[in-house]
Amino acid sequence: MELPTPLPVTDLEATARHIRGRLVEMSHRAGVPHLGSSLSCVDMLVAAYWGGLAIDPAAPADPDRDRLILSKGHAATTLYAALACRGYFPEAALEAFAEPGGSLPEHPSPRCAPGVEAATGSLGHGLSIGLGMALAGRLQGRAYRTLVVMSDGECNEGSVWEAAMLAAAQRLERLAVVIDYNKWQATGRSNEVMALSPLREKWTAFGWEACEIDGHDVAALVARLRRVPDGSGRPVAIVAHTVKGRGVSFMEDDNNWHYRTPSAAELAQARAELGLV
Amino acid sequence: MRNAFASELTALAAEDPRLVLLSGDIGNKLFDPFRAAHPERFLNCGVAEANMVGVAAGLALSGFRPITYTIASFATLRCFEQIRVDVCYHQLPVIIVGVGAGLSYAANGATHHACEDLACLRALPYMTVVAPGDAWEVRAALREAIALGGPVYLRLGKKGEATVHREVPPLVIGRGLTIRTGEDVCLLSTGTMLPAVLAAADRLAPLGVSASVVSHHTIKPLDEALLADAFDRYALVVTVEEHSLIGGLGSAVAEWLADRPAPRARLLRLGTADTFLHHAGGQDYARGCFGLTEDQIAARVLDARQVGAKDRVLH
Repeated sequence: MELPTPLPVTDLEATARHIRGRLVEMSHRAGVPHLGSSLSCVDMLVAAYWGGLAIDPAAPADPDRDRLILSKGHAATTLYAALACRGYFPEAALEAFAEPGGSLPEHPSPRCAPGVEAATGSLGHGLSIGLGMALAGRLQGRAYRTLVVMSDGECNEGSVWEAAMLAAAQRLERLAVVIDYNKWQATGRSNEVMALSPLREKWTAFGWEACEIDGHDVAALVARLRRVPDGSGRPVAIVAHTVKGRGVSFMEDDNNWHYRTPSAAELAQARAELGLV
Repeated sequence: MRNAFASELTALAAEDPRLVLLSGDIGNKLFDPFRAAHPERFLNCGVAEANMVGVAAGLALSGFRPITYTIASFATLRCFEQIRVDVCYHQLPVIIVGVGAGLSYAANGATHHACEDLACLRALPYMTVVAPGDAWEVRAALREAIALGGPVYLRLGKKGEATVHREVPPLVIGRGLTIRTGEDVCLLSTGTMLPAVLAAADRLAPLGVSASVVSHHTIKPLDEALLADAFDRYALVVTVEEHSLIGGLGSAVAEWLADRPAPRARLLRLGTADTFLHHAGGQDYARGCFGLTEDQIAARVLDARQVGAKDRVLH
């Protein structure tokens, strides 16, 4: 499967604003938290689905597609909204998010929607699964890449570093992670709860080709994702500096929005700030 | 059992290109033939069981049939949540193989005992739990587990155990294998206890107790037809396992029994007690600590029959 021609940055940014509006709506309507975590990873998913990865919403099971696993499953709304906007399923389905009996739970369940590659919600699982997919691709002689989107708090989990060591030993150059480094985890600063910093250096030390990037610079993210594999022979770690709650002024870098859900007035204000009214 | 597993898997992998073997840094030399025949399909995942299970899930999501292999306690309990979420929640064809069932590795200390694995694994939705009774059953169970196409826990002993069968038996997952038919009691053995249970039946015969012996290799799903027949036909049904009385075959049978009308037979459960062994000693010694040697099994069956006879007189 071929990489698509990248869209103009202004289009990508408009898509990201549209998705952010969706996330605030979904959190408000369903009363579901983790909005701050969802907002911080919008741009990396836009970059992946709109230019960074070789995917086709009309062929979600194509064996040669690039894979994206949202390992930070608590940001499920970002995944659902991105897939819907990209055309994997109708955007109207987002209105049933978290509805009893509906197919879109608060954390993605197996095969819950086209484009969802793995069920997540328990942290530290996605990279191992992605590693298995990357190995499978190598065994089958396929050229697809596997991208795992993780949170910084998720790097607390020991299994992440088990996977990091095995991926490096296996020289899985078609495996990449983007870490949504928003500096917060559920109840505190991610550099204080555990010694996460220096994060890029950790990945480098674990044998990965690691870089730091502005996690809200969609064009830069697209460009970096398109350069996987990058010739280093190593798996790629993109440490993406982000702001939790990005795009809504009163949510930015305020960890109360890990658990709070927006009122109707807050939804209206957020939509206005995003230029969606 | 582990040698039979390795040789059977090596042969099966030649026919089935989907089979991939993941090892948790054990099996030195054991898998040399597999590695020689299928080098690209053997992966030493290191001492990192949680990741190994996730990798297996990723391979299974991509069309492979992965098999994870390490010591039973580590293969199941260390990575229990990965088995639950990555394998069972996704309902994937991953076979978790644990070597060193029950007290097989008793001499290594309680870190290497596996007496809670059946309890944990059989609690997982979509999981099938199989503990073959000898090396021949291992070969059959492996073939069946692959054909099943879902999550399976395959619990192996070690190497060099006595065999009961002389060839690959007609083992079907979920159906007990009747090894010997008797009149008075039914001994349901699971996994590594099978030779000892047969020997216990030999001890009972001259004492006038005729025992059926079943290799009840599948702990989940239970062979309910066989159980229904056994509890109607015999006065005493005995489960024997190298596993805690909490959660293993005996528990599974007791749970099944509790939901049925009053049966004819009484249930006697033999297994390990709710304790760790803190001192040194090999498998025979450890079995003796829990009343699981062939002599002890025979004696406990006799005791249970005498208690039952007294009850009948009193009534």
